Amino acid sequence: MTEYLPVILPLVWAAILAVGVFIYVLLDGFDLGLGVLFPFAPNHRCRDAMMNSVAPYWDGNETWLVLGGGGLLAAFPLAYSLLLPALYLPLILMLAGLILRGVAFEFRYKADTSRWMWDWAFAGGSTLAALMQGGAVGAFIQGFEVKDNAYAGGPFDWLTPFVLVTAVALVSGYVLLACGWMIMKGDEELRDWAYKVGRYAIVAVGAFIVIFSLWTPLMHEDIAARWFTLGNIVMLSPVPILTALSVVGVWYALEQRWKHVPFLLSVVIFLLCYTGLAVSLFPFIIPPDVTIWDAAAAPESQLFMLYGAIPLVPIILGYTAYSYYSMWHVKDHGYH
Amino acid sequence: MFDLDPVMLARIQFAFTVSFHILFPAFTIGLSMWLLVLEALWLRTGKPIYLETAKHWSKIFAVSFGMGVVSGIVMSYEFGTNWSVLSHAGGNILGPLLSYEVLTAFFLEAGFLGIMLFGWNHVPKGVHLLATGAVAFGTLISAFWILSANSWMQTPAGYEVRDGVLHAKDWVELIFNPSFPYRFAHMVTAAYLTTAFCVGGIGAWYLLHNRNVAHGRVMLGMALSLFVWLAPVQLVIGDLHGLNTLEHQPAKVAALEAHWETGSGIPLILFAIPDNEAEENHFEVAIPGLGSLILTHEWDGEVKGLKSWAKDDRPNPIIPFFAFRIMVGCGMIMIAMGFIGAFLWFRGTLFTTRWYLRAMVLCWPIGFLAVLAGWFVTETGRQPWVVYNILRTADAVSPVPGGSVLATLILFVVVYGFIFGAGLYYMAKLVRRGPDATPPSPDEDEVDLSRRPLAASGNP
Repeated sequence: MTEYLPVILPLVWAAILAVGVFIYVLLDGFDLGLGVLFPFAPNHRCRDAMMNSVAPYWDGNETWLVLGGGGLLAAFPLAYSLLLPALYLPLILMLAGLILRGVAFEFRYKADTSRWMWDWAFAGGSTLAALMQGGAVGAFIQGFEVKDNAYAGGPFDWLTPFVLVTAVALVSGYVLLACGWMIMKGDEELRDWAYKVGRYAIVAVGAFIVIFSLWTPLMHEDIAARWFTLGNIVMLSPVPILTALSVVGVWYALEQRWKHVPFLLSVVIFLLCYTGLAVSLFPFIIPPDVTIWDAAAAPESQLFMLYGAIPLVPIILGYTAYSYYSMWHVKDHGYH
Repeated sequence: MFDLDPVMLARIQFAFTVSFHILFPAFTIGLSMWLLVLEALWLRTGKPIYLETAKHWSKIFAVSFGMGVVSGIVMSYEFGTNWSVLSHAGGNILGPLLSYEVLTAFFLEAGFLGIMLFGWNHVPKGVHLLATGAVAFGTLISAFWILSANSWMQTPAGYEVRDGVLHAKDWVELIFNPSFPYRFAHMVTAAYLTTAFCVGGIGAWYLLHNRNVAHGRVMLGMALSLFVWLAPVQLVIGDLHGLNTLEHQPAKVAALEAHWETGSGIPLILFAIPDNEAEENHFEVAIPGLGSLILTHEWDGEVKGLKSWAKDDRPNPIIPFFAFRIMVGCGMIMIAMGFIGAFLWFRGTLFTTRWYLRAMVLCWPIGFLAVLAGWFVTETGRQPWVVYNILRTADAVSPVPGGSVLATLILFVVVYGFIFGAGLYYMAKLVRRGPDATPPSPDEDEVDLSRRPLAASGNP
């Protein structure tokens, strides 16, 4: 058994981290998306309602980002030590954005004359963080220059046209999630607005998905080979087909003014795109050279963490769900 | 053109961001525990004053906890952005410790914070107490893992080196490494003292200004009843920590005492300007023989001098020397405030002696100063090593150009300066407003537009 550990453990940890990052993207996604939309809201009352709707969750949402950072260091230290210097500037800009939006949102309620300042810090910080996360995803797909287990490129290598497009694309995705969220949680006025904005968002998201499905294989031959060889194209075809159906589904749900479907189908779109990305990149953790096995921590370290993660992650998911459930109720109670 | 040294810039950036961050845990570790005590007292005695005080301080807690969260997220990425060689070489060991912190502490705090801050009227009293307890316990667990990781870098144990990468050999030995118990006890005690002086100082301020007098008495009285004995205990813990450091990191002790020559019966230097180039002290004021007694607990105990190490293998004593004196000075003031306060208490004049109340008000930030000084001692004192005797700081840095590090350092200074100023301002506003004499009714609580932690402090 022990001789298989170095093969199995990196797979297990890659799966755990992938799930963790996905949870983060969903949770902080609608959270950040609200910040992006914030300046465009119809009025102050709507802006207050938007903030209140994510009020109880921000701390928990961002904890998943810390888990992503800490987990990557623990399970794949080489990947952590390559990725973070390579994405130095975008990541630190993202952190600055998260700081500004976090406290800005908080301080807003204590400010008398300076509320406008925190409004802008919240919107600007959210947009900056979302853009940089999208940029990081793009840079990741693009790949990094690695020599002797260290990042060998320059500070602006990540900044390419492709990355600019991924940055805007992720922002549009977050906006879509935010619209779905507002439709579930908002009052009449906010919902009306979200149904309207959501339609623009789903069109943008659909367009970006098409752009990436073409651009990524053009950029990487091996990704093209993976998707377009005869056997694979049949096996993998459900991913693009389901994505297309979900995009149309979101549009239809917005037209029909359904309450929960737009958000849930948006989550499905994120999940499918995420799966598509995983199919394209697996088993590389730092494309195009470093696999999850190259980057893995020692088996004894991965095992030591697994002993903790197996009981703790379900418990965490349990009380996170409880927190969402109970706050949901409290909020409705407060508004009626 | 002048050269931007990436190592120095990365060190300054890390020192700046971590110094900023540590202020908030130092405060919230103690404050959450005090809130738990207040809530338990309220449940036991039914006296509304405990509840009012708890609700007031939980608003201040919310502001500082929020700032701690956002500045803490930065820390979990800075290991990689600025110290990627350390992350790679030490990831097998540091990674699991930091991940356990997230799994056992961060999620616990985040999960129960909402109930603690907003759940007063929505969950049974016992559940609320449990939530407060979970947050308080979470901050302690967090300190456990962080101090274990830091201590391991100071006094590595339970590891082996294979192909230039560190591997864990024995997790128990590694987590409970030689300096961990002392550092953990020292830091948690420091956090409690920091909170006690904050609470006591603000209580004294209410008494001086003759408002919220009953609450001010609870604050000052409870603070004094903690620091009167905990400050002296901290002196003992610090002394034991010092003995441990002398055993495992003698160069650090030589640096913080600014001793150059190895010898027995060495003096205690009260003041000096240590000169690393000339390897001597200027303007030295010293008490003969006392140094050995304090450091080794023997009159003729031998202490190694800084000259025992090559210049490249020892810390520059200038920061550890002064930071250590600031920390110890703060500790002495705390002990004195405790004894004087206890004396006034027995005379029955604690709450009316204006000069003591004024002194308490001045002392509110003393714990923060001591915590920062203490961390500067231990971190600059272990140089030039990032992992003691294994990996040098200069070799641990990321392959990132100095310009990037400088630009982001300026960004952090601007952003932190901005939010720190605002945070202090809003906390001061909450203090000035004081506790509400009547607990808010359930309706009022629900109308509160915001449910986010910082916004729990309510509308002005």
